[in-house]
Amino acid sequence: MSEYAIQLKNIVKTFGSVVANNNINVELKQGEILALLGENGSGKTTLMNMLSGIYQPDSGEILVNGEKVLIHSPEDSKKLGIGMVHQHFKLVDVFDVTDNIYMGEVNKKYNLKEKLAAINSKAESENIDKKKSKLFLKKTRECFNALSFYIKNIFLNKKRYYKLIELSNKFGFEIDPHKKIYDMSVSEKQTAEILKVLCYGAKIIILDEPTAVLTVQEIKKLFSVLKKMKQEGHSIIIITHKLNEVMEISDRVTIMRKGEFVKTLETAKTNEQELTDLMVGKKVDLKINRPVVGFKKPLLEIRNLTIKNDEGAIAIDGVDFYIRGGEMLGVAGISGCGQKELCEAIAGLRKIEDGEICHKGESIVGLSPEKIIEKGISMSFIPEDRLGMGLAPSLSITDNMILKTYRKGKFNPFVDRKSAKELADKVIKELNIVTPSSETPVRRLSGGNVQKVLVGREIQSTPNVIVTAYPVRGLDINSSYAIYDILNKQKQSGTGILFVGEDLDVMLSLCDKIMVLCHGKMMGIVHADKVTKEQLGLMMTGMLNLSEAKPEKNYGIAKDSNIVNNNVKNEESFAKGEEHED
Amino acid sequence: MKTNSQSVKKEPRIRIAKRVEMSSKYKILLTAFSVLAALIISGILILFLGKNPFEFFLQVIVGSFGSAINLKLLIRIFVPILITSLGLSIAFKMRFWNIGGEGQFIIGALVAMTFALLIGDSLGRFGVFVVIVTGAVGGGLFALIPALFKVKFNTNETLFTLMLNYIALYLVQYFLYGGPKFYISDRPGIPTFKVIDEMLFLSDFKSGLFSVDTSIIVAAILIVFIFVYLKYTKHGYEISVVGDSVNTAVYSGMNVKLITLRTIFFSGAIVGLAGALQLTGSAAGHTLSVNITGGVGWTAIIVAWLAKLNPLGISIVSLLMSVLEKGCGYARTKMGISDAVSDIIQGLILFTVLACDFFINYKVILKKTDKKNMLFDSASAKNELTSNKDESEGSNDLKLCEGGENK
Repeated sequence: MSEYAIQLKNIVKTFGSVVANNNINVELKQGEILALLGENGSGKTTLMNMLSGIYQPDSGEILVNGEKVLIHSPEDSKKLGIGMVHQHFKLVDVFDVTDNIYMGEVNKKYNLKEKLAAINSKAESENIDKKKSKLFLKKTRECFNALSFYIKNIFLNKKRYYKLIELSNKFGFEIDPHKKIYDMSVSEKQTAEILKVLCYGAKIIILDEPTAVLTVQEIKKLFSVLKKMKQEGHSIIIITHKLNEVMEISDRVTIMRKGEFVKTLETAKTNEQELTDLMVGKKVDLKINRPVVGFKKPLLEIRNLTIKNDEGAIAIDGVDFYIRGGEMLGVAGISGCGQKELCEAIAGLRKIEDGEICHKGESIVGLSPEKIIEKGISMSFIPEDRLGMGLAPSLSITDNMILKTYRKGKFNPFVDRKSAKELADKVIKELNIVTPSSETPVRRLSGGNVQKVLVGREIQSTPNVIVTAYPVRGLDINSSYAIYDILNKQKQSGTGILFVGEDLDVMLSLCDKIMVLCHGKMMGIVHADKVTKEQLGLMMTGMLNLSEAKPEKNYGIAKDSNIVNNNVKNEESFAKGEEHED
Repeated sequence: MKTNSQSVKKEPRIRIAKRVEMSSKYKILLTAFSVLAALIISGILILFLGKNPFEFFLQVIVGSFGSAINLKLLIRIFVPILITSLGLSIAFKMRFWNIGGEGQFIIGALVAMTFALLIGDSLGRFGVFVVIVTGAVGGGLFALIPALFKVKFNTNETLFTLMLNYIALYLVQYFLYGGPKFYISDRPGIPTFKVIDEMLFLSDFKSGLFSVDTSIIVAAILIVFIFVYLKYTKHGYEISVVGDSVNTAVYSGMNVKLITLRTIFFSGAIVGLAGALQLTGSAAGHTLSVNITGGVGWTAIIVAWLAKLNPLGISIVSLLMSVLEKGCGYARTKMGISDAVSDIIQGLILFTVLACDFFINYKVILKKTDKKNMLFDSASAKNELTSNKDESEGSNDLKLCEGGENK
């Protein structure tokens, strides 16, 4: 067997006038984990789609196990033992995990004709030294077996569940084979996808940004699975933006930039700074700034907020907090601990059960989303699929820019597209969005660029409170830093920011304070420069509860609150702030 | 193994890839070419029938535009398709599958008829206006029914609007055969609907020597209005956002329910307007009938989609459709060709236009067998030979492939 599982030689792929891949050379050794690193829109996904048979290269060669192959369909790719876990999962929602996987096997035809021919030829070869009656019996039996197998094959077999359990035990997955996809969390869906490619016997596994939507704990679990797969002899390509993950999991790194191949490095012989510089093409400062802004009045105050989620369970349970102007409050928590519901409640998209939300001293509870937008509260939630909320995918960038502001001018029935186009061009320039023009539909952009459009719009609307959830989800380093910079600029101009994030390192160096949620309960609000990652981790899992440890200090209520008649439990507690070291 | 490796290795001669963008000039050229292709094919067909294809096409044109009367008859077919299609396109733009054009058309005509019989000549010529507007409102309200259910209970509008078509149709039948005598004329024999008062006839628009069907003026205004409405107004913007992603619309503060109801009302109202114009115009003899729509509600769906919901496109496609219908019918009777032939030609043109739509969105790449490929082909053939001979290597590969399938 060849040393390389996959060799891509001089691959070129163009879409119209756009060159997505230009002379790419990538090699994947047997049994190694190769990280594919590159900025958003650098053509990583396109390249991998050529391996999985979704696209065909315009020119260049693909070698699998040293043999030149042509991959025209996902079916071909499957036959070659290549399995790809896509960024956007490709699962049937109403099926359970097993049937989603089994689906791909149903196609496998049991060729009765061939089987019969085999039985006949076997009978002929045995014809010489055996009795005829015996032979006849044997032949009958074989035919009967073939037929019964054929019939059995028509029906769904209970055994498929055992097979799946066996496989998931082998690699250490935790999955309920009977669970329906629509009931699953993102990480479970991903597990299902990985199981699927393993079930099809893939030896070469491609993972497209598998960690973008996972929590820290889930990533750890995924990595241990990947390492196990490597031991079993699988070769893995992993696409990611997170450098620490590259350093942790990969054996070698291939870097791409704007559709060009840059370099392949041994992970052990490089560092994060070098990778970033190669990826971006210039020196990048990896430090996140935290400008300090003077003391301002609270802008958004939230008291005793209780919200239910879609299923009617309590998602946020009696949470108090406030945001001052020029302050960035981080929200940390394991995914699904109520962040989404909190953001939606502030934006007026979700009914609140109890409590108050005050903006500059005025209650905004029960106002329509439109009114809340008018008050200058901007909410941008980057959902796991990126496009679900906040953008209209078939509309152009220009049209998406005015999504929240198009109502301006009550008696003007027309949409102002001229200023929208100017705004779009400005955002494209400022955030380096890769797009043919501002009239391009958003769905044609690559994942990261889509997100830049969304974040860019929210910031351009000059809000005074920004609620942003996962603004850098899946973004490359350069764009992430661009977004941190923009948020910092907003902060300096006096905007209050609620930053729901997942990367604790980033939050620790970017936010002023961090509020930790666990199952909808507030575990405490801490100063980011006085807390460690470990403490946050404990709070996120509910092991450390500061708000219960010192109930007399209510971190969530400002001393100079705009809400009159409040029953602040301990006014002095504010002066010393939210110091908690104990 | 052999079959597997072959299926993987053999490069197909034809490959289909999605086109990224195409200049509008090329698009128009391609569409024109496809119509031409259809004409050539149907020409050959006519040749086989022993008739002159050029004469046939000339007759089609004469039958459509040749004389004032022919043109007038053409417009009678053209306008209802056009207006109905415009109405439906608004709903389609919002991804609300309003296939209830037939029903809304009938109800528009029925309501217009009711008001026409009620007011008689009491309002003078102004009555025409009232009748048409009430007809439009009737169509809009009828379309609101599925929209309300959609908004309230999230019912499936496709089935709902489809079913309402039959309700509307049988309602008219009921008024004709069994209902109150209000709509029925006094003439003995088979029941027929009353003819509306002469004062309420939609007369031609006359200015000097120039005379034209009034409904086509209404249609022309509507084309411009809907083009502007969808493209430049806030309402149009809201429609495209809701059509694209309801979640996004809610998030950006839009009142999705209101937008849905409003848009569907407009959609139904425009279709109803077509019905009312049909009733007051001369095409249907100024009276209601069970088949007053002539299938316009169905044709309009095809027209709207063929035109990509573009109002200007809709007017062109509607014209093509009505020319096919009117002109072919005329040519057929003149040349003594079976009516099946004109249906075949209509089908052919539709077919090629749809096919050209495919070529606008996709391109076909033909791979030429060049030297490199030849070399490769022989190499792969050699490979197969060796793998057949060399058992161990072959079985090794086999294992991999089987592993891929069996697990």
